[in-house]
Amino acid sequence: MSVVRSFAAFWWDFIVGDDWRVAAGIACALALTAALTHNGLGAWWLLPLAVAFLLERSLHRAARQSA
Amino acid sequence: MSGVFLFLAAFLASAVEMVEALTIVLAIGVTRGWRSPLIGVGAATIVLAAIIAALGPALQLLPIDVLRLVVGALLLTFGLQWLRKAILRSSGYKPLHDEEEVFRAERSEAAAAPKEGRIGMDWYGFTIAFKGVLLEGLEVAFIVITFGSTQGRLGLAATGAGAALVVVATVGALVHAPLARVPENTIKFAVGLLLTTFGTFWAAEGAGVNWPGDELALLGLLGFLAALALLLVRLLRRERLALQTGQA
Repeated sequence: MSVVRSFAAFWWDFIVGDDWRVAAGIACALALTAALTHNGLGAWWLLPLAVAFLLERSLHRAARQSA
Repeated sequence: MSGVFLFLAAFLASAVEMVEALTIVLAIGVTRGWRSPLIGVGAATIVLAAIIAALGPALQLLPIDVLRLVVGALLLTFGLQWLRKAILRSSGYKPLHDEEEVFRAERSEAAAAPKEGRIGMDWYGFTIAFKGVLLEGLEVAFIVITFGSTQGRLGLAATGAGAALVVVATVGALVHAPLARVPENTIKFAVGLLLTTFGTFWAAEGAGVNWPGDELALLGLLGFLAALALLLVRLLRRERLALQTGQA
């Protein structure tokens, strides 16, 4: 079990890293982009804005923690 | 245009990871002898090449939209990690990576470890070199596989990574010291920007988006993210200095 757990932990850390909220936010932004696009709305701007917002929030949290 | 970015991203990511792996291998080789760490390097390189050769073509069998959505999302999450760390380093919230310090620490650990030779191998030297190259190389393999398969140009991405490996190994063999002068933090910043740009582009395309200007949108995205990252560095640096002044 511990081998499976450490294998999963390695890949979680490798892909998701220190802040899971960024990965969760990207998943939500992509779902919203897909929903808007499939309803005929141009949503190319959504993901870059979400990335900017998520990055700023994540950095703010990291800075507050280390201060 | 995306071919140039593809090669550049694979080359830079590989170079910066190989510089880190080189420091570990050099520290072990200088302290305990070269044979076992070099066998470790060879074994790790074979494992990495096998991972790329197996997963790259397998991914290319997926429908292109699914591939772009999944790989784009993974690349975006992964790239944001690189960019986040690079911004924290540039703004002083995270220490800069120092190859000479890593080299010193690895050397003293290697000197202190017991020498147990079995079947003519120094297993400590082999294991540390194998682990170092494999772990640093996994990030490169991930970038080569994701970039190469999404663009359908696995060979070009692997060539970029291979070229960096040859350059770093040659320079390392000539200099025989950690490559402390390589601007690692700047390169990591650039790679973080490239991964985030491509991740955003492909993930959105996979979700059904048509980018204005098609591939030209990559340049716009790169400019937007670079301006954002530099702005965030400035803001965080100012915030940190204000905090330090307040505490003094």
